[in-house]
Amino acid sequence: VSIERVCVVGAGAIGSLYAGHLAQVADVTVLTRRPEHAAALNAGGLQVSGKSDLSVRVTASHVPEGIDDVDLAIVACKAVDLPGTAEKLRGRFGRAAVMTVQNGLGAEDVVRRHGEWPLISAVTFMSGTRRSDTHVEYELDTATWMGPYMGGGPSYETVQELEALLIAGGLEAEAMPDLRPAQWSKLIFNAAVNGVAALTDLPHVKAYAEEDEFSDLGHLLRGLIDEGKAVAAAAGIELHDDPWEMNVRAVSRGETQRSDYAHVPSMLADVRARRLTEVDYISGALAREGERLGVPVPLNTAVYRLVKAKEASW
Amino acid sequence: VRVCVVGCGAVGSLFAAHLAQVGGSEVWAYDLQRDHVDAINSRGLRISGVSDLVGDVRATNDPERIPPCDYGIVATKSMHTEAAIAATASAFEGGAVCSVQNGVGNEELIASRVARVIRGTTFPAGHLVEPGHVEQDTGGKTWIGPFEPKPAAMDEVERLAEALTEGGMETVAMPDSRGAQWTKLIFNAASNPVGALTGLPHGWACERDDIRKLVRGLVAEGRAVADALGVELDSDPDDLIDHATKVAHDHKASMLQDVEARRPTEVDFLNGGISRFGREQGIETPLNDALWALVKGLEHSWKLDD
Repeated sequence: VSIERVCVVGAGAIGSLYAGHLAQVADVTVLTRRPEHAAALNAGGLQVSGKSDLSVRVTASHVPEGIDDVDLAIVACKAVDLPGTAEKLRGRFGRAAVMTVQNGLGAEDVVRRHGEWPLISAVTFMSGTRRSDTHVEYELDTATWMGPYMGGGPSYETVQELEALLIAGGLEAEAMPDLRPAQWSKLIFNAAVNGVAALTDLPHVKAYAEEDEFSDLGHLLRGLIDEGKAVAAAAGIELHDDPWEMNVRAVSRGETQRSDYAHVPSMLADVRARRLTEVDYISGALAREGERLGVPVPLNTAVYRLVKAKEASW
Repeated sequence: VRVCVVGCGAVGSLFAAHLAQVGGSEVWAYDLQRDHVDAINSRGLRISGVSDLVGDVRATNDPERIPPCDYGIVATKSMHTEAAIAATASAFEGGAVCSVQNGVGNEELIASRVARVIRGTTFPAGHLVEPGHVEQDTGGKTWIGPFEPKPAAMDEVERLAEALTEGGMETVAMPDSRGAQWTKLIFNAASNPVGALTGLPHGWACERDDIRKLVRGLVAEGRAVADALGVELDSDPDDLIDHATKVAHDHKASMLQDVEARRPTEVDFLNGGISRFGREQGIETPLNDALWALVKGLEHSWKLDD
């Protein structure tokens, strides 16, 4: 295996999950945004609880100069922080592969503007909650899907190697020669579920798939998803998963064995904390693609506008 | 003339207290708010603000006590129409009942219980200061007309308009009052849910280009349904939206106030009403459908918190 040194850029919940697990099988460094976060990780290591039970040592720094050369970087910051983070990476990491795991569309393009690294596109379905700077709870142990970026990626073998490394570290992962079908499935799913959650304050519960009454949310979810599917079809992308089926599966999974399992989508968590959301990369990206391809997307556009206005109310 | 106001909240109180100013009138108020009823009975119903008066009103929370009336004026929130008219209908066996509520669909509910119905739209608004005392925030006209499927007689409508006007609430009787109702409906359905979902006051929302486009789309759908129904709007809802951006810039829509207080909203009778009439006319209303579902989803979220 030639991936031996990994830098995780951004140590929120997702970044911490990668760092904690990969530290089992590779040298892991963590690039944080805040100096005190790096100091806490250097002093106390990183703890993962929940679906895994790990306690690992990592080397952390809040400046890229503090990070040695690596074979792979995983950029796991929020999409809204991506331009600033990518700028910090300019001129670093040589020809290491860089993987983006942000929600939505367009993360690879943003990173590409700051360097010529071979890029790996990824979407992740795992989720966790940050308990502190040095402790993350692993909640949904679902997969990360990855593929070489179509605008300039490493060989597919490199992606397969990363797949093996993540699995060896205890995570679920799947390499794909072309990630776009999966990326678009998740984009369409997220545009519908995250957008509605951000506006209604409603966690992702069964109501999202109900279509009994005319005003039930299921009709709106289906409408949003159908628009997304029309855009994907116009872009020539054959979806990996049907986003409506993903919606139905997600609300009936019964993760906690409760009848109304209540996952809080990330955009709703952002709204509750009054942080800027990733809506530009999700509903906004879908609206822009729709416009570019001449496919009407009035519902996704409405959701996009309402979320932007809601952000402005803070 | 004997009148009973059904639902004596802020708007109902404006009607009751003004009507009580008319010589020879006997005004009753049916309301479930016990302390409000008691205060009205002991001190009269007081209005301050735009108007300043006290009305001699007989209030009750017991529908059995309401005598036979010439007119009913239903002023509950729309989601309470059905229960309120079911409780009080027997008082109106010989009279006509007028809705002055928001949205569309209330007259249909009233008509399922009483014989003669009046369609009304009112602009004056206020808020309850304390039991027995309402502050009137805005003036404005009221438009009333026979509700076509079960109409009150036109002279009956005119007599009510005269009484209200004499009492100090300018009211216009017209053979077809749908234009006023749909104009206000389309305005409310385009502006209220946007405020409720974004948290933005009217002007803050509508001076944003993106939101103004969304609002314009909502208005266009409402206008298409009104056209299909043969309703002639009495003014352009888009003009009202722009006017309100100037004169009510920092006003929080009533639906936003409801959402902030976690009270059920009237969305079923606003966007839900446009959607339902649209379906009956074969007109698609995807944006109104979407905002209706979003506000219903928001209401649903409150049930998950405990």
